Amino acid sequence: MKRALIQVRDLVTQFGERVIHDGVNLTIYEGEIYGILGGSGSGKTTILRELITLQHPKSGKIEVLGQDISKAPHEAMRKLRNKWGVLFQFGALFTSLTIGENIAVKLKEYTRISDSLIKDIIATKLEMVGLDLSVASLYPSELSGGMIKRAALARALAMDPRLLFLDEPTSGLDPISAEQFDNLIVQLKNLLRLTIVMVTHDIDSIFSVVDRMAVLGDKKVVAEGSINEVAQTDHPFIRQFFGGNRAMIRRKHGK
Amino acid sequence: MGSKFVRDESTFVETSEDSASLRLFLSGEWTLQNLPDIESSLKSVKALKHPAKKIELDVSGISLIDTAGMILFVQTRNDLRKKIRKQNVVVRGVRANSEFSKMFRLVYRHMKGEALPEVHQRHPFIAFFEHIGRRFFEALDSMLLFFDFIGRTYAALWRDLTHFSFRIREISNLVKKTGVSSLPIIGVTTFLIGVVIAFQSAVQLQQYGANIFIVEIVSIAIARELSPIITSIVVAGRSGSAFTAQLGAMKITEELDAMTVMGFDIFQFLILPRTLALIIVLPLLIFFGDIVGIFGGMLVAKFQLGITPMSFVERLHKVFAMRHFYAGLIKGPFFAATIAAIGCFRGLQVTRDTESIGRQTTFSVVNSIFMVIIIDAVFSIIFTELGI
Ligand SMILES: Nc1ncnc2c1ncn2[C@@H]1O[C@H](COP(=O)(O)OP(=O)(O)OP(=O)(O)O)[C@@H](O)[C@H]1O
Ligand SMILES: [Mg+2]
Repeated sequence: MKRALIQVRDLVTQFGERVIHDGVNLTIYEGEIYGILGGSGSGKTTILRELITLQHPKSGKIEVLGQDISKAPHEAMRKLRNKWGVLFQFGALFTSLTIGENIAVKLKEYTRISDSLIKDIIATKLEMVGLDLSVASLYPSELSGGMIKRAALARALAMDPRLLFLDEPTSGLDPISAEQFDNLIVQLKNLLRLTIVMVTHDIDSIFSVVDRMAVLGDKKVVAEGSINEVAQTDHPFIRQFFGGNRAMIRRKHGK
Repeated sequence: MGSKFVRDESTFVETSEDSASLRLFLSGEWTLQNLPDIESSLKSVKALKHPAKKIELDVSGISLIDTAGMILFVQTRNDLRKKIRKQNVVVRGVRANSEFSKMFRLVYRHMKGEALPEVHQRHPFIAFFEHIGRRFFEALDSMLLFFDFIGRTYAALWRDLTHFSFRIREISNLVKKTGVSSLPIIGVTTFLIGVVIAFQSAVQLQQYGANIFIVEIVSIAIARELSPIITSIVVAGRSGSAFTAQLGAMKITEELDAMTVMGFDIFQFLILPRTLALIIVLPLLIFFGDIVGIFGGMLVAKFQLGITPMSFVERLHKVFAMRHFYAGLIKGPFFAATIAAIGCFRGLQVTRDTESIGRQTTFSVVNSIFMVIIIDAVFSIIFTELGI
């Protein structure tokens, strides 16, 4: 039996009068790549922010790594935060630090490893996400959008987290980089036994890397499961999404 | 000579040595949280100057390894390889440990063996001159840019004048924000200044029995110098900095770029309205400051020197020449234009990093207060020469 790493029960989110989620349930198991899908504004980013405690739901229960995050004491939360890495939709690099410093910031703060090792870690992570080593001394304002995304991923990976949250990791990347990125994610998952939660619109990612997924719609999860299970659900959004040209081609050719 | 067994402080690295070779048994979880300990157990290995002829690294005991751990492993292996002949550093037990070999393949591919490019340090002496030179040219650049900015603002003003298309709504909104809402703070500061000036002079005047001269001292000092300066400083701190922060934030979020490509000239839409609003507002605020400041002096005159408000006003009417009032008021538009121009200019100088907003806002306030004082000095020279 797979172990559930994240459980969301009866989640309700509200901004002022506007209800965004009304009874959302999710289960994310250890070692899987879990996709969160849904139309624009369906609350994907919001749910991710709730999982990483940046936002508090109106009601409902969220358990991450066995901790009820609304009740966890400060110290437990700090430990939890060291076990996950987050890639924000727009990078959110610290603009006053160089890319190298951005990647190293948690390593320097939370571990006592030597500078030479930190340097090698920075170099390796940059190389992994496909950035040139010379980027390490540049500032975020000197990078392009796609480079920022890669640098932010390198930062999310710096601490070898068990849990990785990615908000639209491949949007803004060219198709080749996006594919490389997908391969990297799968490799990391297999090697590090990572569990990855990603918000994505990318048809290719959904078919090739996502193990299970939830589709948000009508303020709820309209379908949860593997791609085949989800594709069979009869819901307008799912029909549109998987009935589109690009998805049809993918389905014909299989995974 | 039998093999001696040395156990390090932790179980991550065990060394055994005989005359021919040095064996390192690596074990345990080579993950980030254990790395500081692993690094310190490896220290003795790294410190070896002339290690044995042959070194064996046995990795079969490593139960879990993450990328950081693998990086440390590769680093250590490369270090050893530099010290003795490459072929003599042997890694054993990889095949038995499939986790390890997979991770090795993942990480090794991405470790080119190049170090991060060093930021090369100059000799401090040269760096000092380089710093001065850089600063000089930065200041020069920034001055040229400022002239360019002023030119563009005038061009926008000319366009507005010829088309008579002032953005009245925007301007009146800004008048409210920069003027009406700053009345309380300006009231309080000029009132206190009036009180303080009156107090200080009252003590001296009492000694000479020249009590009634308090009227001249307070009214002239407030109207000519203090109210214009204090008001301008408050406005620079309150509105000038707001202009900088606002335009700077718009620059970072690329709102300014969006406006430009949509054909909204930012000078016409953002900068000119701000400048004109301040030009309208500042003289009014100075006038307000005059009244409140002199009122403060009047209260002190009443309670400290026993001069009734009635006789204070009478005396004021008799001795206070309107030129003092105009001399203070006329500076208002000049101060206003300076504060607005510097505030907006600094906002446009913001670059894409968040730190620069703070830096430019500081510059904005410091520069405009400095310029206000300079211009005030120029005015007082002119007024003295003209005998006003
Ligand atoms: N801080 C906030 N205050 C008010 N409303 C918000 C806030 N954050 C998000 N919302 C609203 O919540 C809804 C969901 O937003 P969210 O950012 O989660 O969408 P999303 O699914 O990530 O969309 P996209 O695919 O465009 O990124 C939107 O309707 C948005 O307007
Ligand atoms: Mg989003």
